Amino acid sequence: MLGFALRRILQSIAVLFAMSALVFAGVYAIGNPVDILVSPLADQAEIARATAALGLDQPLWRQYWNFIVGAFAGDLGISFTANTPAVHLILERMPATLELAVAAALIAVALGIPLGLLAGLKPDSWTGKIIMAGSILGFSLPTFWVGVMLILVFSVWLGWLPPTGRGQTVAVLGVPVSFLTWDGLKHLALPALNLALFTLSLLIRLTGAGTREALVQDYVRFARAKGLSTARVLRVHVLKNIMIPIVTVTGVEFGSLVAFAVVTETIFAWPGMGKLLIDSITVLDRPVIVAYLLVVVVLFVLINLAVDLAYGALDPRVRLARRAP
Amino acid sequence: MNAQYRMGGSPRPGIRGACRIPTREIPDSLPASRARAGAGGSRIPASLGVLAVLAAQFAICAAHAAELRIGLSADVTTMDPHFVAAQPNLTAQKHIFDSLVHVDARGRPIPGLATWRVPDPLTWEFRLRKGVKFHDGAELTAEDVVFSLERPYAITGSPGGFVPYVRAIASKRIVDRYTVELRTAAPYGALAQDLAEVLIVSKRAASGAGGADFDSGRAAIGTGPYRLVRFVRGSHIELARHEDYWGGRPPWEKVTLRILPADPVRTAALLSGELDAIEHVPAADLARLRKTPGLKLESAVSWRTIFLHLDQARDRPPGLAARDGRPLAANPLKDLRVRRALSLAINRRAITERVMEGLGIPAGSVVSPSVFGHNPEVAPDPHDPERAAKLLAEAGYPQGFALTIATPNNRYINDEQVAQAVAQMFSRVGVAARVEAMPLAVYFGRARNREFGVALLGWGSLAADLALRSLAATPDAAKGYGAWNWGGFSNSKLDALIARSLGTVDPAAREALAREAAALAASELAFIPLHYQLVTWAMKNHLSYTARTDEFTLAHHFRPR
Repeated sequence: MLGFALRRILQSIAVLFAMSALVFAGVYAIGNPVDILVSPLADQAEIARATAALGLDQPLWRQYWNFIVGAFAGDLGISFTANTPAVHLILERMPATLELAVAAALIAVALGIPLGLLAGLKPDSWTGKIIMAGSILGFSLPTFWVGVMLILVFSVWLGWLPPTGRGQTVAVLGVPVSFLTWDGLKHLALPALNLALFTLSLLIRLTGAGTREALVQDYVRFARAKGLSTARVLRVHVLKNIMIPIVTVTGVEFGSLVAFAVVTETIFAWPGMGKLLIDSITVLDRPVIVAYLLVVVVLFVLINLAVDLAYGALDPRVRLARRAP
Repeated sequence: MNAQYRMGGSPRPGIRGACRIPTREIPDSLPASRARAGAGGSRIPASLGVLAVLAAQFAICAAHAAELRIGLSADVTTMDPHFVAAQPNLTAQKHIFDSLVHVDARGRPIPGLATWRVPDPLTWEFRLRKGVKFHDGAELTAEDVVFSLERPYAITGSPGGFVPYVRAIASKRIVDRYTVELRTAAPYGALAQDLAEVLIVSKRAASGAGGADFDSGRAAIGTGPYRLVRFVRGSHIELARHEDYWGGRPPWEKVTLRILPADPVRTAALLSGELDAIEHVPAADLARLRKTPGLKLESAVSWRTIFLHLDQARDRPPGLAARDGRPLAANPLKDLRVRRALSLAINRRAITERVMEGLGIPAGSVVSPSVFGHNPEVAPDPHDPERAAKLLAEAGYPQGFALTIATPNNRYINDEQVAQAVAQMFSRVGVAARVEAMPLAVYFGRARNREFGVALLGWGSLAADLALRSLAATPDAAKGYGAWNWGGFSNSKLDALIARSLGTVDPAAREALAREAAALAASELAFIPLHYQLVTWAMKNHLSYTARTDEFTLAHHFRPR
């Protein structure tokens, strides 16, 4: 177990290095943020002064070296536009994104697994067909379009839910969260649903297919023949056996929920990390872009680790296999 | 040479009591209703009607005077007013901080925190209003002004701060508590316009303060109409009324500026009633908002001119070739006849009416009609393809040639579509044109590296001479001229005119020179002007806003009706 974790950490550090170097070179190749941010009144001297002030007049390798030296001291640079440490900006926005991603994951799991079970149990009924057809729509409709439609229907036409922004927040252990207030929940509903849609569809299909497959297995037939109730058969025999792929997908998908929150955050003006990334890319705010991607890599590594540990808990074979060598 | 600006009696008539119950109207209106009631029968319904109207009016007032929610179109990155000279930041900061000089709706300097006079061409004397209060209750003094004018130099790590706006000032002297004397090294007529952008902070609160102190509100102590309550980066800015504002009580008790850069989102938020007003109405939603009951639009000609820079300095500009792709012997754009032919090939009216969906008017000059130095005698070139073809033949290009128009695709209203339309119009007179569009982040860097032969650019400026200094003066780093002159246009007569205009402190004499310079740049086609953008706000019916040439969205200029 220890060797496994150590290997993981070494791999992750290599990924972090490669990622930072790539992003660094990429943003450098695009252009000079001073060209975009400088005031129209600025003359050549001011442009040169600003470029030097940001350290952008130095050769790329030296800029990267300075960044690495700073990074080891825990300093990922100061945002070019916000005059604030990049990490601070990201951590400031992280609770909003995580809240959105967790809410979306909860919606996806809470709706996806029961609906998938239902569709798997009665694949030929109307209910089953509608659920399966709906899941195809969830897959194929682009997120940004669905988002705009949700706003149009629920905010503009019906006027039930606010279209944009994060609602009232309260601090829990110093972290601002919005799901504890009614206003916050109302604001959270549409973006979370929009973000959940893809994962929800995925889980419906996965659970549905798994259920259909499991239902014809011998152990299920045997359990039925033994006279166990349908509920118990489903809970203990079907669900437990199809859980491994579902947990994997949910874990991987949680990562993409965080990463793809960008689109949803932009549509619903949700003040999360994804929106920060987009805003930073448009003005080439390199410290923020690099820091964001590093944080996301770390997040992915942690999620994958958590998924691996969850396997062990769910499947004794995995636990035993790990202990054996 | 003694230019003077005096304050009007009341700088903001009508703010105070803008939303009061019209008590005086009650006796006036009662006899009329009584008369009507008398004719029609029962008196009770009529007086009930009056009461209902009054109640409704009161309800509207009570509801609206309380809060105003505005959707802004660009991210606000910091509350430090001297960190980066970017309009989105200034939009938010101008609620909190004030400047010595204000700019009226047409873009002309008017007294702000101070009035000024120019006793001699090198000296500007700014006399502060007395009794102006900061949000912390302290009085504004000359100390704060001098501190604020020096602060841009002390900012570190800025991608482009306010040094260009204060560099002309060679020395500052505090004459007395309310008077500051600024001296320039050489006569400089645009000082008032420059100082309109430099916000005045409290010396006590801002000494030693960094970005975080301003963002948290600790250092964000200004004299502006609103106090900073909360700045939630990327989300919104909450403001509260500054009760002691020198310009009269601001109309809204609470203001929320919501950051909504995505166009459809801003529109949806207004339609859903979550916002009271939005800035920069997207061209695509214009027709819909116009038709929506309960909403109205206000627009004005913006200070932003859209034009094409033509490389007329190098022999082989990128993207230019003969029609068969072989290199040309010479750069055709150096020939005024070719530049004129290209200008005549453009149907500006079609662009403004169709491509811009009405959000532009044809341009013939460097600055739009309301801006200082606009020359009304310079008309946009007409659409005349025959003459264009004739001029091309005269210049030795009867077969035309090929060129590439570079354009950003996320900066100006429908920028890429405008470039496409222009390319088609060029092709119609024999100049085969294609368009290379890219995001702004890539575009500006490549343009500065001179990678484009023909490049689209938009420019907003408060004065023609300032715009020409950046766009059309011969590039000269030592003088700071031609920093954005991508085409390399060079005309010594124009350079001299720009220098004389900027060196004239008497506004009338300066404007005459600026107009002359604008006319010369237009006749030489230093660049090809396309159109002046319109800027549009959408708001609920019960609000009014004076649309501003400088595109700023200021909550305290929204009035309940």
